[in-house]
Amino acid sequence: MKDIIKPIDEAAAIEMLHKFNEDLLPKKFGKVGQVWVVFLCIVIGVGIYCYVKQLRQGLGVTGMGDIVSWGIYISNFVFFVAISLVGSLITAILYLLNISWRSPITRIAEVIAVACIIFAGLIIIVDMGRPDRILNMFVHGRIQSPIVWDVIVVMTYMTISILLLYFPLLPGISFCRDRLTNIPKWQKTMYRWLSLGWKNKPEQYEIVKKSVTVLSILIIPVALSIHTVTSWLFETTYRPGWDSTNFGAYFVSGAFMLGAGGVIAAMYILVRFNPTYEQYITDKHFDRMGRLLVLLSLIYFYFTINEYMMPGYKMKGEESAHLTELFVGKYAFMFWSVQIIGMIIPIVLLFFNYFRRPFPMFLISICVIIGAWFKRFLIVIPTMLHPFLPVQQIPEAAKVYVPTFEEWSITIASLAGALLIITVFVRYFPIISIWEVAEERGISHQVIYEHLNEKE
Amino acid sequence: MIETKNEEGDASRKKFLKLGAIGGVAIAVAGSLGILKAFSKEEKPVTGKKVKLLSPEGKIVEVDSSYINPELPDIPLNIRQGAPGKKFVMVIDLSRCKNAGKCKKACSKMHYLPPERSFIKIEKMQDAETTSPYWMPTPCFHCDNPPCVKVCPVDATFKLTDGTVGIDNERCIGCRFCMAACPYSARVFNWSEDLYKMSEDELKAIKPHHQCSSHVKGTVEKCDFCPSHAQKGILPDCVTACPNGVFYFGDEMEDTVSNGDETVRLSTLLKEKAAYRYLEHLGTKPRLYYLPPANRIFPFEDKTEEKTEGVEHKQG
Repeated sequence: MKDIIKPIDEAAAIEMLHKFNEDLLPKKFGKVGQVWVVFLCIVIGVGIYCYVKQLRQGLGVTGMGDIVSWGIYISNFVFFVAISLVGSLITAILYLLNISWRSPITRIAEVIAVACIIFAGLIIIVDMGRPDRILNMFVHGRIQSPIVWDVIVVMTYMTISILLLYFPLLPGISFCRDRLTNIPKWQKTMYRWLSLGWKNKPEQYEIVKKSVTVLSILIIPVALSIHTVTSWLFETTYRPGWDSTNFGAYFVSGAFMLGAGGVIAAMYILVRFNPTYEQYITDKHFDRMGRLLVLLSLIYFYFTINEYMMPGYKMKGEESAHLTELFVGKYAFMFWSVQIIGMIIPIVLLFFNYFRRPFPMFLISICVIIGAWFKRFLIVIPTMLHPFLPVQQIPEAAKVYVPTFEEWSITIASLAGALLIITVFVRYFPIISIWEVAEERGISHQVIYEHLNEKE
Repeated sequence: MIETKNEEGDASRKKFLKLGAIGGVAIAVAGSLGILKAFSKEEKPVTGKKVKLLSPEGKIVEVDSSYINPELPDIPLNIRQGAPGKKFVMVIDLSRCKNAGKCKKACSKMHYLPPERSFIKIEKMQDAETTSPYWMPTPCFHCDNPPCVKVCPVDATFKLTDGTVGIDNERCIGCRFCMAACPYSARVFNWSEDLYKMSEDELKAIKPHHQCSSHVKGTVEKCDFCPSHAQKGILPDCVTACPNGVFYFGDEMEDTVSNGDETVRLSTLLKEKAAYRYLEHLGTKPRLYYLPPANRIFPFEDKTEEKTEGVEHKQG
């Protein structure tokens, strides 16, 4: 494990600062990056085509029916809300706890949060039968409805997350504006507009730091709210499997675990495709994130036990059909795979130093992410299949839920869309905060002001 | 000015009194003759025919037959207001249901639904392995503490003054939260247009049921207790279609319910037959009562769809 090398004098500091700037300013993508963007665009294109079809023909193009009236759109929405919680975890909680190693990964977490919360909002519109009437939410909104709570908290969270991404990004944009040469005119104009005339003055840094502190405090209750309210969308009903007082904590803990997994995967991909980042996102960061992930997974494990073991012990009338389906029935394979591969194996492996290295952790975090997606599928769909009244005398097709091609492609397109936002961000903005990395090494804002700012 | 107003007021009062007198006489006489039922099957009035009746003063009066069972004009329903002064209630006698399925067919016809779809389902229920199964028809329960209304984000589903739970298909955003919230699976969704082979103009042309048969794509609908019938004191179609008198429908304020064949006192029926409400422990307070499947008039038979069809033909 490498420790942070601090500059010995000002000359060394200046040299270091210029090196950061060279390393961390966004660069043009290579072949792999370009292919990746084209691939994402194709996936999104197919998704948009399917959505237009859905708009014209109605939600009938999906596999949903009167029994399973919420499908993978809703479970995907829960997934997006869950992963976006990571922004508050890494940015706010670690920031307020004054944990020094967080600075190179803060922005990764925050951009994941922003991209995912945007797509959470979009995918919920996709699920609406009448998206043309979305304004009714504001014209006729009823504050008694958990959906209105969700709209309020998701929009608040989105706003705070965007600000929490944008404010610390201002110096970064100004470096792009002043230091990047050989870029198209529109890009230059974009940086000029977005940098809001940032001058790198030490006073400006003070304002940004104060704002980030305020936003970090604000975002924690809002972040807990978004996922708690999302769990209440289910918990406010009587259905077996959703009628659980454990749901809020269960959802929030699962979200933190998923978010940490998401950040680890993103860290690995960044380092893998841009080896310069290795000097900033070191093995030490992976190790620390691994420890964080195992802690969060243990908390989630605790709430999972509460969620399934106690109802499973009692096997109460209505619950038993649902739980039997999960434990030994049609969904047993998915249920146990998700619990074992998506939670128990990661916990066990991450206890060992050997597995807290970049590549094993990348694989573990992919297991966590995929497990988490199917976990949300298991929260939504099996419960819909077990209403209070027996499912009888309806067409066979309505008794099972098989998502259609259109449904899958729209869902996958939403995931691709979030990835595209992150990719485009990496292409045009410094994904590792230059000034925060400098600050971590004790380089003062005055030095940044004197040596990195464009002189008028 | 004031005088004119008074005159106008007098005139309208006279008119009102006149109408009231005619109505009063008609009702009194009809009541004494036992013609008027709180809820009767729809009968077409014969207009232009004079009927001799005995007035309360003991005189013979001639009134138009249409006064006795007047055909009320189609009141343009405000979907957010219920029938004034009523509290609709339904009682389902499980001891009489043999899954004939007539209620479902009548419901589909009434609401212009495709034949495979209806707002009523008939479930085969069995409380314990050792107890006998029975058939349970389930329309909307029109709860007094409705979970669906609680969760609706846009007030597109609401409780009416007459006790029913209504839906505004012109406001519904199609989030389907109400479907997830309803413990009785009463709600269905218009997944696509081609489910109904009717254009919007055709639907609007249907009288009197266009308001409860709007079938707007991307919105939720369900059993509505046939409001345009209920307002006029006519029984919903499922009630009249049932060959076995399973469904009783009526007004809680009048304390009477009718299954088309007999009109009974609601409170007595509930008390004597030990009525219960399904999933009472959820606290939804349904306006739908069940009479237990005791002393059944049919043995329980679980036939396949085709067999049921055949039996129905014989009966019809």
